[in-house]
Amino acid sequence: MSATIISAIRALGRLVLRALAGLGQVVLFAGSTLTHIVRPPFYPREFFSALMNVGYLSLPVVGLTAIFTGAALALQIYSGGSRFNAPEVVPQIVAIGMVRELGPVLVGLMIAARVTSSIAAELATMKVTEQIDALVTLSTAPLKYLVMPRVLAGILAGAILVAVADSIGIFGGFAVATQILGFNSTTYILNTINFLTGEDIISSLAKGAAFGFIATLMGCYFGLNSGRGAQGVGAATKSSVQAAAVLILTANLLLTAVFFTA
Amino acid sequence: MIKFDNIHKSFGANQVLRGVDLTLERGQSMVIIGGSGTGKSVLIKTVLGLITPEIGKIYVDGQDVTQAKRDNFLSQFGMLFQGGALFDSMPVWQNVAFRLQRGHLKRPKAEAREIAIEKLRRVGLAPDVADRLPAELSGGMQKRVSLARAIAAEPEIIFFDEPTTGLDPIMSRVINELIREIVVEMGVTAMTITHDMTSVQTIADKVAMLHGGVIQWCGTRDDMAHSGDPHVDQFVHGRAKGPIETLC
Repeated sequence: MSATIISAIRALGRLVLRALAGLGQVVLFAGSTLTHIVRPPFYPREFFSALMNVGYLSLPVVGLTAIFTGAALALQIYSGGSRFNAPEVVPQIVAIGMVRELGPVLVGLMIAARVTSSIAAELATMKVTEQIDALVTLSTAPLKYLVMPRVLAGILAGAILVAVADSIGIFGGFAVATQILGFNSTTYILNTINFLTGEDIISSLAKGAAFGFIATLMGCYFGLNSGRGAQGVGAATKSSVQAAAVLILTANLLLTAVFFTA
Repeated sequence: MIKFDNIHKSFGANQVLRGVDLTLERGQSMVIIGGSGTGKSVLIKTVLGLITPEIGKIYVDGQDVTQAKRDNFLSQFGMLFQGGALFDSMPVWQNVAFRLQRGHLKRPKAEAREIAIEKLRRVGLAPDVADRLPAELSGGMQKRVSLARAIAAEPEIIFFDEPTTGLDPIMSRVINELIREIVVEMGVTAMTITHDMTSVQTIADKVAMLHGGVIQWCGTRDDMAHSGDPHVDQFVHGRAKGPIETLC
């Protein structure tokens, strides 16, 4: 075996080991965070502030993304369905597409873009300016004061945002179907309601909660483990969004498999 | 009493502390001098539990803090960070009263605010600063706020990390004198890290020089002028030539 191949295998091995070590650290971090959920002290003010940031302030971008996606989905399904004489499936497919997949995934990615990056940048800046050390010297655990409120807010806001995105996305499909494609509005609504099951909605909300957890956890993890200076803050922000997006898409596949193939 | 016993700490291949032995008596104000990157801040952070030494023990009043639960001893410490380390998301008074709004030192909000304003006054800041954000203050004012935060819970031991860095000479003198006054008035034990020889003259009862990862010299402020140690001489007089390497 040539030296080039051996060095390539070594490099691959190092990469895999580093990735596994990183994953292990994230799992430990997540474990520590979750154990703090049930142990006092609690910081309700920090929780509500995080809920405002993660949830309420994400509503405009989530709403816009959902309505345009739902509307485009209706046009696509109508066009695709017409190829095999089934354009009437628009309400059902828009509903199932938004609730099972697009709503949760879009919300997850929007939170990753908007919230993960801001949490990572904020905590990384706090780290490089010694504010995290200051917290510790003031007898306050950063995991409890900074991480837990954000992660809890991420879980709750993720589920709520998905419910909002699902509803607005379905409304986007409804608007296009009834105003442009000539669907009857009552029939559209009835078809949507009758087609969706409780399992669809529960899976959607569960995915939202899981993606909110991942997005906020990644922001906190990379923020608290950032390198020094402006470059460290930038790298932490970039890595947090990348990791959150990849983990959200991976978790989406796993959760879909759990909910719909078991 | 704070006692450092054979403290070692490395960061990767860089061995910063190589066996620091140092004792600071109750009510004493010790200043640690030494070149940049010699591990002075690392030494302070080992007491606070922010950095764990690989070898060695640190005793505070006979208790080994490297083995103790951090929450049990942190409440007796106050710390002024080099850059202030004020929480930029909260107004000045909440920064100062941070410790008084949480944990076993928690007070009602109005009382915590009152104490914060009193401490701000003590460091020479007007009460109207209380509701401003740290970013709206000058460097000197931020240092004062940080000092007010360090003394707010009336700790027994205060650490000052480069208290005059980044300040003009007049403001440096003001901060030095303020630190001295507070240390004397509160009767606290103080450990200060600085490069600034004016700070040494104003604040120190005792001076220790950290060089090469160990305490190179330790003595009273008055002894420093005739220490007989070439490292101390070079540092005190700011000479480029001498036993301390100036090449990076």
